[in-house]
Amino acid sequence: MFPIETFNLTKKFNGLVAVNKVSLKIKEGEIFGLLGPNGAGKTTFISMLCTLLKPTSGRAKVNGFDIIKEQNEVRKSIGIVFQDPSLDNRLTGRENLEMHAGLYGVPKEERKKRIDEVLRLVGLYERANELVRNYSGGMKRRLEIARGLIHYPKVLFLDEPTLGLDPQTREHIWEYIKKLAEKENITILLTTHYMEEADALCNRVAIMDYGEIKVLDTPENLKNSLEGDILMLEIKNGKNFFEKVKKLHSVKKIHIAENKISMTVRNAEKFAPKVLEFARKNKIFVNSISVRKPSLGDVFLHYTGREIREEMGEGKEMMKRRARIL
Amino acid sequence: MSELEGIYTIWLREIIRFWRDKSRIISSLVQPLLFLIVFGGGFSFVRLGSLSYQTFLFPGIVAMSLVGISIASGISVIWDREFGFLKEILVAPISRTSIFIGKALGGCTTALIQGIVILSLSFLIGISISPYSFLISIGLMTIISLGLVSIGLIIASFIETFESFGLIMNFIILPLILLSGAFFPLQEAPQWLRIISFINPLTYGVEAIRFVIIGFSYIPFPISLSIISAFSLTVILLGGVAFNRQK
Repeated sequence: MFPIETFNLTKKFNGLVAVNKVSLKIKEGEIFGLLGPNGAGKTTFISMLCTLLKPTSGRAKVNGFDIIKEQNEVRKSIGIVFQDPSLDNRLTGRENLEMHAGLYGVPKEERKKRIDEVLRLVGLYERANELVRNYSGGMKRRLEIARGLIHYPKVLFLDEPTLGLDPQTREHIWEYIKKLAEKENITILLTTHYMEEADALCNRVAIMDYGEIKVLDTPENLKNSLEGDILMLEIKNGKNFFEKVKKLHSVKKIHIAENKISMTVRNAEKFAPKVLEFARKNKIFVNSISVRKPSLGDVFLHYTGREIREEMGEGKEMMKRRARIL
Repeated sequence: MSELEGIYTIWLREIIRFWRDKSRIISSLVQPLLFLIVFGGGFSFVRLGSLSYQTFLFPGIVAMSLVGISIASGISVIWDREFGFLKEILVAPISRTSIFIGKALGGCTTALIQGIVILSLSFLIGISISPYSFLISIGLMTIISLGLVSIGLIIASFIETFESFGLIMNFIILPLILLSGAFFPLQEAPQWLRIISFINPLTYGVEAIRFVIIGFSYIPFPISLSIISAFSLTVILLGGVAFNRQK
């Protein structure tokens, strides 16, 4: 049995397709990442799996329970960390967790022990009796992760777990997530639009854009699938030079933006001098040239034809709409 | 069993939040008392038969404090939605009805605490309430405030942001109180005012409380009691439906 299984799961809002026929099977114990820009449909997808949104069509099972017919069973067996904060700021950290334990019917005699356990897991044991409003952004996130774990869920959903956190805090959160995946024997589905996050955490990654899964594999395989390295070239003049470069052998995929070009080539280290020589012959002034191994960002570019960016106008619209749903 | 526990949890949260917000407790106590002292004092020349105006006003002040705190606690769902906490509750494995009941009982409890405090201050203005009347008053206050919390919850399920909060205060809470005969005797009011007051369900609550506390009312007690009970029951049911319907 797969902890999460979806078949052609689809959600439309007033005719606009937010999630389009997504079929996935997520394995037990894996950290699975949904990678895509804001507005790609990741949160809508998760909201359906958490039974907060009803799918327009298609089916899904979470822990073997149907998300439409067996909502209560689904809810009992999952933990969720929402993208937007969902703590009660006027309660202490511990009180927030106690509330959760009550709502999920965790037996009284286990409660304290379990709450202490999850507090220690996210390193908040010492600060548990402070009001949440005095917590930092990172602490709130950790508390939410801890809260999502109290009732021993088999599946944990993390919707943009490090959104809006500074890089250092982000890496801390990654460590906690990795740790709990080992300790709690839990399947994690996380969404993110941070490449490094998907790369650092996930066993498998699905790239999502405009409500569809474009490609799904391990981060390693995804990067290898580009079959080459990334060569970036920035020039000062003569944009039609790019057209000529394209024709040079072994250039696989090209993306041109303004005066920059990025290409996927085999043996980029050897190819770079050739390009420079070629530019000199054509009287093109090269500003910079770089060679690197492909990142998930390049994979995203490769499969969607555009770069993933942090904020997109369309994404904001999507967020507003979602805010209205709840 | 877990539904009951869910109700208890949601109730407990309301109580903790209420208890922690000392400034709110104080301000919601001070406001009715100010009314009682200033109006009661200022209109001390007014006498209604053997009653002083302050005595007449006192039950109205009790009702007034119920209205404010009950409706506000129902509407607090808008805050929960705005700050995201509502999602945590909605995704929990308990029914919407249980959430509604927990919220309603929580709001009702805080309103009752308030009401009882004001009620026990009655000796300050020379009203003595028998233990029996005191108990009946608590029952009455429970009925009224459950209805009012439900009204708040209904409003919250239709309103999306708290920017409209001031609007609600001005267009619902204030008229509800002013037109309930809490401040003036209905039998002396002009015809048009009396008619509007008769449409206002709170009037029957005020009248019932007044009868129980000072043994005086314009509307006979059995009638006011039945109307306010029927009204509360209706809005509680409507509130339950509205809350279930809400996304």
